[in-house]
Amino acid sequence: MSMSATPWTRKDLLGLEGLSAEELTLVLEQAKAFKEVSLRPIKKVPALRGRTVVLFFLEPSTRTRTSFELAAKRLSADILNIQAASTSLTKGETIMDTVRNIEAMKVDILVIRHSVSGVPLTVAKTAAASVINAGDGSHEHPTQGLVDLYTILEKKGQIAGLNVAIVGDISHSRVARSNLWGLTTLGARVTLCGPPTLVPPGIERLGVTVTYSLKEAMREADVVMLLRLQLERQQQHLLPSIREYAALFGVNREKLAWGKPDMIVMHPGPVNRGVELAPDVADGPQSVIYDQVTNGVAVRMAVLYLVSGGRPAKTPKPAPHPERPVTA
Amino acid sequence: MAPTKLLLRGGRVVDPANRVDTTADLLIEGERIAAVGDRLSASGAEVVEADGQIVFPGFIDLHVHLRSPGREEKETVATGTRAAAKGGFTTICAMANTEPPADNRPVVEFLLAEARRSAVVNVLPIGAVTKGLAGESLADIGELKAAGVVALSDDGRSIMNAHLMRRALEYAKMFELPIISHAEDTTLSAGGVMHEGLVSLKQGVQGIPSTSEAVMAGRDLLLAEATGARLHLAHVSARETVDLIRAAKGRGVAVTAEVTPHHLALTDESLHDYAPNYKMNPPLRSEGDRAALRAALRDGVLDTIATDHAPHTQAEKDRDLEAAPFGVIGLETAVAVLLTVLVKPGLLSLTQLAAALSWQPARALGIPRGTLSPGAVADVTVVDPGRAWQATAETFESKSLNSPFIGWALHGGVTEVFLGGRRIVHTGEVVTP
Repeated sequence: MSMSATPWTRKDLLGLEGLSAEELTLVLEQAKAFKEVSLRPIKKVPALRGRTVVLFFLEPSTRTRTSFELAAKRLSADILNIQAASTSLTKGETIMDTVRNIEAMKVDILVIRHSVSGVPLTVAKTAAASVINAGDGSHEHPTQGLVDLYTILEKKGQIAGLNVAIVGDISHSRVARSNLWGLTTLGARVTLCGPPTLVPPGIERLGVTVTYSLKEAMREADVVMLLRLQLERQQQHLLPSIREYAALFGVNREKLAWGKPDMIVMHPGPVNRGVELAPDVADGPQSVIYDQVTNGVAVRMAVLYLVSGGRPAKTPKPAPHPERPVTA
Repeated sequence: MAPTKLLLRGGRVVDPANRVDTTADLLIEGERIAAVGDRLSASGAEVVEADGQIVFPGFIDLHVHLRSPGREEKETVATGTRAAAKGGFTTICAMANTEPPADNRPVVEFLLAEARRSAVVNVLPIGAVTKGLAGESLADIGELKAAGVVALSDDGRSIMNAHLMRRALEYAKMFELPIISHAEDTTLSAGGVMHEGLVSLKQGVQGIPSTSEAVMAGRDLLLAEATGARLHLAHVSARETVDLIRAAKGRGVAVTAEVTPHHLALTDESLHDYAPNYKMNPPLRSEGDRAALRAALRDGVLDTIATDHAPHTQAEKDRDLEAAPFGVIGLETAVAVLLTVLVKPGLLSLTQLAAALSWQPARALGIPRGTLSPGAVADVTVVDPGRAWQATAETFESKSLNSPFIGWALHGGVTEVFLGGRRIVHTGEVVTP
């Protein structure tokens, strides 16, 4: 990974679509610096001291919210947690009203998770605070995409030229979309795999390959990324049964052998064990699922830090273990 | 007392019914057009100089949601017809999906009474095809006809039951009422928010496929063919539907079809930032669809332009894209958008525009309007093609502001409108009686 001179200029992080290779690289480098912090006995830096971060989660989430909360805490930010059940949205207030009220309290960063695509973007258009999309509908989940890029980079040493297979419900997956943009921008070859009912027609126009065969998808793959299957897809006539889905697209130890021995297995979580991944694969040596979770904190620290106007880690040498990785 | 005389002098008179597109004077006497010709005598007449302007037959909109009765917070007969007048429309058809719906005589009579009391333009009621717009049983169509409806439609809802649609088409023949079909297979469109295509895919928004319209339009065309009934397809949006209409017309099916200014002007790319003022049903479709609609309007496969004026309050629209209701207003921007997007770049002639806005909608309903023939009712719209203006929240007469064209630089403004010889718009503003 080469050092980039591009400064981060964006107020918000709404998606990975449209981010340049330089911008993506910048975040990944910053995350690397912060990962160092996570490995210290004292994990806190003062980078966001005096700043307020609102974690505004209007859809259930444990992993992403916890990861953001930990990231903000390690940056010494003040944190406000607002979750679906505790908001006045249940009393008929619109999301825009709620956001205007939160904004009036002069917060610095709004981290938004919402079940409807586009809500973080709409908020960002009017909000003075920085907005970070923590997952909107089926649109994007940019920090998860960055986590996955970071993990691939960490495990494989590069992204350009890798073959990455993304398997599952592409149609409804914000993780797939963010990964698609990030991976193709950084030069990976992306193959999408799933039944035709879950792979949107025409998606090849975004620069990816589509196959309905898991074997085919895994043949040359350096990375296989399984997506979580929402179990209600069966009711929407998208699948005959979860059982058949698991038989065709679930990865177990036997099917793992279709891939290269050094292929890594990823999953954004939470895993439907026995559906998209057999437990022995999820917990096996090729799985990097827990690395993804670990890296989540560092990547989200980097994102919080950069959108808040922090300068990127000033490490002219590509030091794997810099002395003082964090500038603040 | 001799009738009032009014001379529109030196305008470009465009009257597709008579194949006229020429610089001429137009003389109105009382309620009717007296003459069109060179250097008509101005004796005893008020003279309106129309030099450099276009003189059209008053526009007729087959598809307006006036929201009255029941949803007067969105629009009233007064505000909706003022919007119509300002946009150059002299006759509008009011859709039946009010609350309660126009599936019975009292509701139609209420609308007509409101129109007599407060309307600025002609209001023609459309009756429901089915009771309560529920798509389960036929409305009392004979009673609706007697109350004065000019067509039947469950617009906003699709009649999913093919047998019921067949019987509706058959039954309506007895009253010579066209059935206006909102063609949508809701099993294909359910849950969708915007056109299913590359943009919806990128944005992660559930799509409404073109097939949801085309499948149903195909069914209705076959039923119209089999029954010999009069079918009008509302707001055609998809290329596939255009192809089906073209084929059906080739077989002599008694079908007419409309297209909206927004489907002619915009594509699904407009939804790139999820703005609810671009959300309507059917949705804005792809570039290819838009090109097909434009071509079909030129070659007559699509007969009429209708606005599908669908007012919603700002409170309703100021929500996320999923929660915001479908629909946009269109009466006040229609002709300016069409002049700007189609006529100015040479994609549509003034005669084709006038036909789609006046003569063809009059024919679709079988009403004696939409022409400037001597003896015809003097519904006349004068447009200044050189007038440049911008649609802003302040320019609208409509009670609602859900226009996709706010902020657009438009070319062409309605200057004068006459309804039965009486001036209802002067220098671009509605004349308050």
